[in-house]
Amino acid sequence: MFVNQFLFLAAILFCIGVYGVIARKNAVLMLMAIELILNSVNINLLTFALRNGSTDGHVFALYIIAVAAAEVGVGLGLVLLVYRNKKTISLDDLSEMRG
Amino acid sequence: MNLFASESEVLAPLMSGWFLEHAWLIPVVPAIAFALIILVGKRLPMKGSELGVLSMFSSLVLAAGAGYQWIQRTNSATEEQFVEPVIKSWSWWQSGGFNFGIGQHIDGLSVLVLIVVAFISTLVQIYSLEYLRGDRRYTHFFAALTLFSGGMLTMVLADNMILFLLGWEIMGLCSFMLIGHWWEDDANSKAALKAFFTVRTGDAGLLVGITMLYFSANDWTQEHLGVSGFSIRGISAWALSGEPNSTVITIAAVALFIACIGKSGQFPLHTWLPDAMAGPTPVSSLLHSSTMVVAGVYLVARLYPVFFVGLDILGSGGNLIMVIGAITIVISAALAFVQNDIKRVLAYSTVSQLGYMMLGLGAGAWMPAVFHIFTHAFFKACLFLGAGSISHSASHHSFDMKRDMGGLRKVMPITFVTWIISTLALCGVFPFSGFFSKDEIIDNVGHNGYTNFMIIGLIGAFMTAAYMTRATYLTFFGEPRGASAGQMVHDSHDLHDTHATHDTHATHVADDSHDSGEAHGPHESGLLITVPLMILSVLALGSGFLNATPFGESWERMKLWVEPRHSEFAPELHHAPFMWSKASLSLVIVFAGIAVSWLISSRLFTKRDPRLVGLTQRVKLLGLGHKFLVNKYYLDALYEKVIVRSIAYPIASAAYWFNQNILDGILHGLANSTRKLSGWVYKNIDQRVVDGTVNNSATFTKSVGTAAQPTQSGKVSQYGALLFSAAAVAALVLVIINT
Repeated sequence: MFVNQFLFLAAILFCIGVYGVIARKNAVLMLMAIELILNSVNINLLTFALRNGSTDGHVFALYIIAVAAAEVGVGLGLVLLVYRNKKTISLDDLSEMRG
Repeated sequence: MNLFASESEVLAPLMSGWFLEHAWLIPVVPAIAFALIILVGKRLPMKGSELGVLSMFSSLVLAAGAGYQWIQRTNSATEEQFVEPVIKSWSWWQSGGFNFGIGQHIDGLSVLVLIVVAFISTLVQIYSLEYLRGDRRYTHFFAALTLFSGGMLTMVLADNMILFLLGWEIMGLCSFMLIGHWWEDDANSKAALKAFFTVRTGDAGLLVGITMLYFSANDWTQEHLGVSGFSIRGISAWALSGEPNSTVITIAAVALFIACIGKSGQFPLHTWLPDAMAGPTPVSSLLHSSTMVVAGVYLVARLYPVFFVGLDILGSGGNLIMVIGAITIVISAALAFVQNDIKRVLAYSTVSQLGYMMLGLGAGAWMPAVFHIFTHAFFKACLFLGAGSISHSASHHSFDMKRDMGGLRKVMPITFVTWIISTLALCGVFPFSGFFSKDEIIDNVGHNGYTNFMIIGLIGAFMTAAYMTRATYLTFFGEPRGASAGQMVHDSHDLHDTHATHDTHATHVADDSHDSGEAHGPHESGLLITVPLMILSVLALGSGFLNATPFGESWERMKLWVEPRHSEFAPELHHAPFMWSKASLSLVIVFAGIAVSWLISSRLFTKRDPRLVGLTQRVKLLGLGHKFLVNKYYLDALYEKVIVRSIAYPIASAAYWFNQNILDGILHGLANSTRKLSGWVYKNIDQRVVDGTVNNSATFTKSVGTAAQPTQSGKVSQYGALLFSAAAVAALVLVIINT
């Protein structure tokens, strides 16, 4: 079992995701980056599940997939509403919450 | 691996060949074609339809090759030897110790159904080239049709129940898309939804059955055959081994049979089938002859050992399958009498014929029932395509027999002749194919000791002959009426029933283009329509001779090729010896049905005999019966108004009551007491104790807040960066602590 390769893949995906969340200005792209992070976690869970021969990791991964679907639904809905109100989805322009 | 490895050395080696080993290609071809049609179909010269026709034709060639080699294989076996199916199996995916396979299980039954499905699909696709010309979703229609056949083919050659389920569900999905092909009309999308949900109700049974079989059979099959509990071969052997707990296998068989009731339109879930007529006619033809509705019957035939043991087939007094089959035969045949829509008559006739198949399977007449699948596919496809031909070229896209048809035998000679041949086959007249299969079922049911069920079968034969004669009379004889008489003045949107309406506007554009030179009156259809009709009618006439029991043992080729011989995989079944005395009884009944119906039809519809016209209005009892039939035994009303409402409405009203009385009451009570309490708290605690503290801490917090203000920039990215750096630091700390 090549556990390392899977973990490296997961780590790389995670880093790309984090970079996307921090550096992207576009809200939709940021949501996509969040998906990358979630899926890198999924890969980790599945890797260890396969290594330990248990189904727990599979269950968690399925659970995460289901929750992620809901999350993207809500997220895209928010982005849509923001666009309707402000005609932009650039995150830099959305700083009304600053202290 | 094989229990009987030592024994098989003694027996003759079985022949195999390329087509048998590669039978799994048969469904793969349409699957690839489906993807291609979706991707590039619109850019091709014939809008993707050529890919569909080509793929079905290749499947047919592959299936025919497999059929030929299977016959060689059975011939290479000895008389009593069980012909091993050609099984291939690969691992598809695995999870948590479960191994899901993918593979083929090729034996006589699957080869037979593969050939029928590929053959009918090819003809239906050719027919659709003309019938749907100019349709606005032409490409998508062919894509769905191809995938639909692919699903059926997958299901037929599946070697395990998971793959079987996959094919089963693909068909369910595609039938939804095809029935609702003209979804702009509300009635069509409703019919599609109804078909989907009704079948879905039964599908729950399939899931339950598969799961139960897996968990009870897996240990045994792993130990004795080295295959998983999903394998059809393993389940069959397990069911016959005497090992299974009788309660478990009975419940599993009943659960699987519920799925068959839904898919094969058996009572009480038959209501979706007539509504499925909302789809284009080629779809009805494919759905009702060789695919979809046959799937349920196929499941019973495929896992026959499970039903054989679980439902005690051949036991005394009958079983669930026989009872459901018998009820279905009679009630749907009765419904066919009150239909004016020609396709609905055929739909109820299909339901009734499926009842015969179920009755046969339930009574231990496996071979006649499977043979009836074979012959029924040809003549029923021919009848449906004939109905389509009439509406396409003669009755201006109407399916209403009473309003828009009549006297068509002169203008549509080819359609007429093919229709008559198929009708005689359906009625079971010697020597048409239906006689050899349907009569065999009835005969074997009686032979196995179920006299009552045999009588029901004979009553069904009488009714079949009668309603088909009525439909034939209304369509082809008498005086032309409505559109068939060339009356084009009426607006079809107002006068026709809904089914005619969508056929009209979908193909209207096409009609104007290809009919522009000639008169718009009734005429014979083009070659693309009549050639499939002719091929099918030849088979409706001739296919019965493949298992012609009246002519002796040497004519029973199908039995030799298809029926699994008694072994640990197949139960032992007996066949009724053919007797002309019994056959002539059923022939007399059929002819009586035709004659009675002909007399009444001609008096009622042409001569307008005053004793018959309006009889249902004058005699109260008959009127009630007629109303009962027209309303389809009120089953639809029962399902929609009673069952769905009784579940959905009380939940809603109970929730409302709970909300108004209990939740609101609690809230009001809480609010009142809270108000009193808060008044006291305000005076004594808040003003004196808390405020002092708060004011001080506020001053403190304000200074802290001002210091921390720059971090709250309002920029999400910045928050993210902070979050992740904090997480990274925390992770680092964790690593350091743990090492």
